[in-house]
Amino acid sequence: MKRVHVREEVCVTCRRCEVYCTVEHSLSRDIIKAYKKERPRLLARVRVQERGALSVPVLCRHCDEPSCVFACLTGALRKDPETGAVVLDGERCVGCWTCVLFCPHGAITPDPQRHIIAKCDLCSHLPVPACVANCPNEALVFAEEGVGA
Amino acid sequence: MPKYVIVGNSAGGIGAAEAIREVDRKGSISIISDEPFPVYSRPLISEFLAGERTLEEMLYRPRDFYQQNAIEALLGQKVVGIDFPGARVALEGGESLPWERLLLATGGTPIVPNIAGKDKEGVFTFTTLEDARRMDRFLEGKPRVVVIGGGLIGISLASALVKRGVGVVMVELLDRVLGAVLDEPASRLVEGVLREAGIELITGQTVREITGKSFEEGRVGGVVLQDGRQLSCGLVVIAIGVAPRTELVKNSPVKVNRGIVVDRHMATSYPHVYACGDVAEGYDFVYGTGRLTPIWPNAYLGGRIAGYNMAGKQTLYPGGTAANSFKYFGYPLVSAGMVNPQDGCEVLVSRQDRSYRKVVLKDDHIVGLVFAGDIQQAGVAFGLMWGGVDVGPFKDALVRDDFGLTFIPQGLRRAGLGVSPREMVP
Repeated sequence: MKRVHVREEVCVTCRRCEVYCTVEHSLSRDIIKAYKKERPRLLARVRVQERGALSVPVLCRHCDEPSCVFACLTGALRKDPETGAVVLDGERCVGCWTCVLFCPHGAITPDPQRHIIAKCDLCSHLPVPACVANCPNEALVFAEEGVGA
Repeated sequence: MPKYVIVGNSAGGIGAAEAIREVDRKGSISIISDEPFPVYSRPLISEFLAGERTLEEMLYRPRDFYQQNAIEALLGQKVVGIDFPGARVALEGGESLPWERLLLATGGTPIVPNIAGKDKEGVFTFTTLEDARRMDRFLEGKPRVVVIGGGLIGISLASALVKRGVGVVMVELLDRVLGAVLDEPASRLVEGVLREAGIELITGQTVREITGKSFEEGRVGGVVLQDGRQLSCGLVVIAIGVAPRTELVKNSPVKVNRGIVVDRHMATSYPHVYACGDVAEGYDFVYGTGRLTPIWPNAYLGGRIAGYNMAGKQTLYPGGTAANSFKYFGYPLVSAGMVNPQDGCEVLVSRQDRSYRKVVLKDDHIVGLVFAGDIQQAGVAFGLMWGGVDVGPFKDALVRDDFGLTFIPQGLRRAGLGVSPREMVP
């Protein structure tokens, strides 16, 4: 399956991926409205962790054997048998945070204001995820296998 | 084309059925449960009681799950006996079913100690949707409720009762709540949250007697504590714990310790019979041995592994451990593994204000953790524990505020942290 692969060595923590992720999943899909008007503000589903010169964008790996799906108490998380994406049914999520504990990548973010998790959905409605399309350095690559980590 | 019989229609049974169907589209599957409902998320019964979720909204799988997967669902039917040599399960109505592969996913049953007055009307346990439904009818007059037990079930129930505007007194035998799954500082954090929410906590005490109403002796009117204190209440809930529901394998050739003994394939000591979930002693990767780890995620994953093996796909259970996520009145807290360390363990702690972190190490391997307040990166530590990773080179980072993947050596980061579920299929 196509995943978002990370090339840490060219990520500079500009956080455009976070911004465009937030905008893409907002109601208005408008950058100003998404940040200044919509409340509570959406959490980005990709987050860049930075330490010294090291930048690591963290987002769902859509694992083949997804611990989060196995751990989900409500059935809100499932692995789509066709696309391979790990998808969330927001209506079924109660914000118990069990998946947060079971994700070894720390890629699931609790959104306490919405009582729901925030996780990457690969922008399934777009040909290329918004974070990838807007990365200025090709630090995020949407591809089948094997680019970066 | 084997015939699969699954006793139990919760996380473990469903995990098995789904795995079987990945491997075997044709073999017949029957799921039997004494509960009449399609599979629902048991942990959500407190949300149901709080009035936040309906049954429809707590279904674990879509209503047509059984039909879609060609599963015969025998719901509201009780298994009364198992003939192991004859390979048949007997149902209450007199019918019996033959199996070629049997899964025991019967779960747990609430422990009810022999307290005087425990049979009065208004005394409940709280582990099933039916319990929640029955209790719901008793809450209309907003009676004060005494909850016996400050464990996982007692606290999730108490949270629901508070949301219903009911006064709650919680009586816990130990000197702190959640003693089995948290360390002391984390227990105190939770106690603070519960008290803020208006729950009256009485620790180091238990209920000696449940007393009746003055003009209606058969209905709950109050309790008497061990120290003689009397509390009036209209409802008592016994939530001191759950025991493996092993009655079907009593005096059977299936080996039982505290729960049903299973190997890394989730196979019991009897050929073609498997077990998983709260009734089974699945492999605990922290202790390196089979243990009761009665949590939903372990039940599902153990069931899944059982299902693969039942269908002939040899698969090893990577193991589970006690791992819980709590969110009492908005305060997030997770714990996993050995949180109260044994001798020879190293403990790393950081705390500030309402945030607390603790990681327990043994020979530079994580064996337990507590993250409270900010839990976002707890999964990274849990993954390192599950994967059996030597964290010696970066262990001091584990309790830092900014702990995350940047502290993990690059090779490990790229290998996906070596988490064992990836290696399930040998």
